[in-house]
Amino acid sequence: MTPIARAKGFPPPSSLKVVAGTESAQASFPYYMQFSKEDDERFWFYNSMHFPEPMCVFDMITAEAAYCALGSANTRVHSLPTTLGIDYRIINGRVYIGGNAVTDPAEIARRTEEFQRRAFYYYANWERLFAHWKDKMMGLIREAQALPKLELPEFEPLEHVHAGRGIASNHYILDTYQKTLEGYFRMWQHHFEFLLLGYGAYLTFFDFCKKAFPEISDQTVARMVAGMEAEIFRPDDELRRLAKCAIELGVDGQFREGTPPGEVIKALEQLGDPGVAWLKELAVSRDPWFNVNVGDGFYHNHRSWNDDLSMPFAALPGYIANAKNGERLERQTDRLVTERKQLIADYRELLETDDERAAYDQMIELAHRVFPYVEGHKFYCEHWYTNLFFNKIREFGGLLAERGFFPDIEDVFQLSHYELEAALVDLMTSWSNGSPPRGISRWPAIVRERKAAIAEWAKHPTPPALGPVPDIIDDPAIVMLWGITRENLDSWLATGEEADCNEIKGFAASNGVVEGIARVIKSADEIGRLRKGDILVCQITNPSWAPVFQNISAAVSDIGGSMSHAAIVAREYGLPAVVGTGTGTQKIKDGQRIRVDGGRGVVTLLE
Amino acid sequence: MHSSEIIGWFADIGLSDRPTVGGKGGSLGEMTRASIPVPPGFVVKTAAFERFLSALEKEEQIRPKVEALGTDQLDEITALSKHLRARLESSPLPDDIRSQLLAAHAELCGADSNAPVAVRSSATTEDAEDASFAGLQDTYLWVKDAQATLNDVRSCWASLYSVPSIAYRRKHGLPEGGVAMAVVIQRMVNARTAGVMFTRSPLTGDRSVVTIEGSWGLGSAVVSGEVTPDRFVIAKITGEISVRDISDKHVRHLPAPNGGVADVETPEHLRRAPCLSDDEIVGLRDIARGVERHYGRPQDIEWAIDQSGKIVLLQSRPETVWSSKDRAPVAKPAENPLQHVMKIFGGRR
Repeated sequence: MTPIARAKGFPPPSSLKVVAGTESAQASFPYYMQFSKEDDERFWFYNSMHFPEPMCVFDMITAEAAYCALGSANTRVHSLPTTLGIDYRIINGRVYIGGNAVTDPAEIARRTEEFQRRAFYYYANWERLFAHWKDKMMGLIREAQALPKLELPEFEPLEHVHAGRGIASNHYILDTYQKTLEGYFRMWQHHFEFLLLGYGAYLTFFDFCKKAFPEISDQTVARMVAGMEAEIFRPDDELRRLAKCAIELGVDGQFREGTPPGEVIKALEQLGDPGVAWLKELAVSRDPWFNVNVGDGFYHNHRSWNDDLSMPFAALPGYIANAKNGERLERQTDRLVTERKQLIADYRELLETDDERAAYDQMIELAHRVFPYVEGHKFYCEHWYTNLFFNKIREFGGLLAERGFFPDIEDVFQLSHYELEAALVDLMTSWSNGSPPRGISRWPAIVRERKAAIAEWAKHPTPPALGPVPDIIDDPAIVMLWGITRENLDSWLATGEEADCNEIKGFAASNGVVEGIARVIKSADEIGRLRKGDILVCQITNPSWAPVFQNISAAVSDIGGSMSHAAIVAREYGLPAVVGTGTGTQKIKDGQRIRVDGGRGVVTLLE
Repeated sequence: MHSSEIIGWFADIGLSDRPTVGGKGGSLGEMTRASIPVPPGFVVKTAAFERFLSALEKEEQIRPKVEALGTDQLDEITALSKHLRARLESSPLPDDIRSQLLAAHAELCGADSNAPVAVRSSATTEDAEDASFAGLQDTYLWVKDAQATLNDVRSCWASLYSVPSIAYRRKHGLPEGGVAMAVVIQRMVNARTAGVMFTRSPLTGDRSVVTIEGSWGLGSAVVSGEVTPDRFVIAKITGEISVRDISDKHVRHLPAPNGGVADVETPEHLRRAPCLSDDEIVGLRDIARGVERHYGRPQDIEWAIDQSGKIVLLQSRPETVWSSKDRAPVAKPAENPLQHVMKIFGGRR
């Protein structure tokens, strides 16, 4: 798969072929996602941060809605001076993206003027607008929760008839479906309402620190800015709380490694009062904090803790054991706050002039203002709302599976959202006229074919980038969100040339050196393979993986910067981590001995 | 243990005594008083040199002869240097200086009269801290008895009249009357590992890190550049170790059996092994911060770790390269703090 490194370039998109036998699955992606000849002139990179595995055709909606919203925020709402939105293409289930830079100085000047009227207003009124944002998100979540249950009864309920409703149940199938999609697209609009501005303010401070202290580590800057009460820590905090409750209630003996959650719950119920009391506490934690999914919110199959309790329950025995060994389970927020304050003061003291100190104060003040959004938004958007959305789509899947459109509820995700709407109209028609749905003879074969294609695509690694390398990566969105710089593109190109090099470089995310056995986890389903002391090697992690960190000795990820979840959680747990290696999961073999130097950002293959 | 016009024990002297104890001596005294770990020792003050020299001047002129030399008279400089050095090294010390020196040496070495000491030049001129002047005077390591120590004190004095030293003073027109030298006599540490460290990055000038270079054995192997040292960078504030460049340390400076220092090949298992543990790196960082805070400015420091793992400092001087550079401020406060974000959003960084 190694990209054939041309002079300053990656292979052109046209050289990347659709895997033989998967052509019709590839064709299921809409025309506007397909590569064309003109795309050879542009630079693209594989968005393995958000889409580390080949995606099925329904899940492309996560790219579609996200890029529509990202682009509108950049291009039309805040008017980022040097960039418009993101273009994206899908091949072999892999999402490639490319920025749309603005380079004409006159246009940059015009957009700068707009930017200062728009983005500056957001910065200046951040707290108020962010409070408003939370209200809007909660409203959106309540709306999604209130969507009607899907029903196609044999006869319309009598009360509807007597009330003169005049609209039959099949209409509400389409109505609810469209509202489901509408809510999802709207959620992404809100997701990007603050995102680039938040990252930008953070990067402003980051950039200053890197100039004033050229050798400061990324993680130190991150620690100066990181919040202590952020939502991303909550799911893990809840687990610690539940572990403590179990001990206090004397039911901790019920939590043993390897026992399925269902059995634990049954045993607790049988225990009477203390068991039931613990289950009540569980219910408190679950709503909303178990709405965290095991991915990053871009795949239907990354289920939430609420949908699959095995991840949180797998972590509980460890937390209980730690608590019994006298470890304090609560994160020591006060101590962390004091440490952060001290860190900021200590670095401030090292600055050479009062001017610099005054600028530093201004920048960190702004970074602290924006950070609650940067840290907190994912829980509401990529996790809570996304879980509601995919579960609603499952309801439609249930309706269709029941009537023979395909065998399994989950098969609904093998249809694009356009095709799903067509199938639902087919179903509505069939319900209304009494004929069998047409789709039952159409979809089962297509679903089989597409599932096979995804399995096939997963076997074919894909180049990290395509097309000519731009001289300079000046697009703040791409630098901020994906950590793509000219330097790391060069190192990706070099990787192709020195394939036998036993060092892999990435971002130094969390300090420390550890040697151990690599466990290459290519998807969230494989988390169960991790054993105590293993080094986690993955494409990306997210908040719901936090409990995994109590067992591993270090973490390595393909994509992510110093603010990625793997980095944040690794620091929290004091484990070495190297993120943004680009090719870690491809170059490191499962079971191989490796050394992770989180301070230098280097992974060494030892055998 | 008391100091005199001739002898200055570290605990009794400081930087302000520089005119009589030299830069190195003053710095060692200053650190000793600040409770920074320094091997014990004393300074043979400039008064001793002055009395030694004036005794010799009575027999045959020294300073006027040097001052009479022209900058470009290399042959004459060479001839005079040879003559003067031989004189200084062979002339007996005045009796009371000799007896005070021997008493102080005995006190320093205690029961072990053969305890090794370092005899180090400690020049008094500001210029002596200039890189171009430093190193022109001699240092003798692992000196093992009192008589050898006395000889080496005279050799240090004599090194003021080396060809490069004379040439340097003539070139800069420095008056000979102002030239004096103190000599540090200090217990030697049988270093397991030694080296230098800087309280700001020599590469980037970053004041938030301590850069440590070290190698096995005595620090002279690192200072002289005979070995490529291991290099570590540790964040001053957080203690994160961001760089660990372990080099092939092929040679060690170890004490020679009959005094002095020998180049010894490093055993295979140590060559590519880190010469410092993480705890030691953190320990050096702690000391470096303390020294920098004491002096109120970035420092270059020589350090050693003895066989038991104890860290001691051998020298600290102000960092000069980055401190003398004019640097544009990284940023200035903005009337509207939001303007700062244009650095990110404004393009072409």
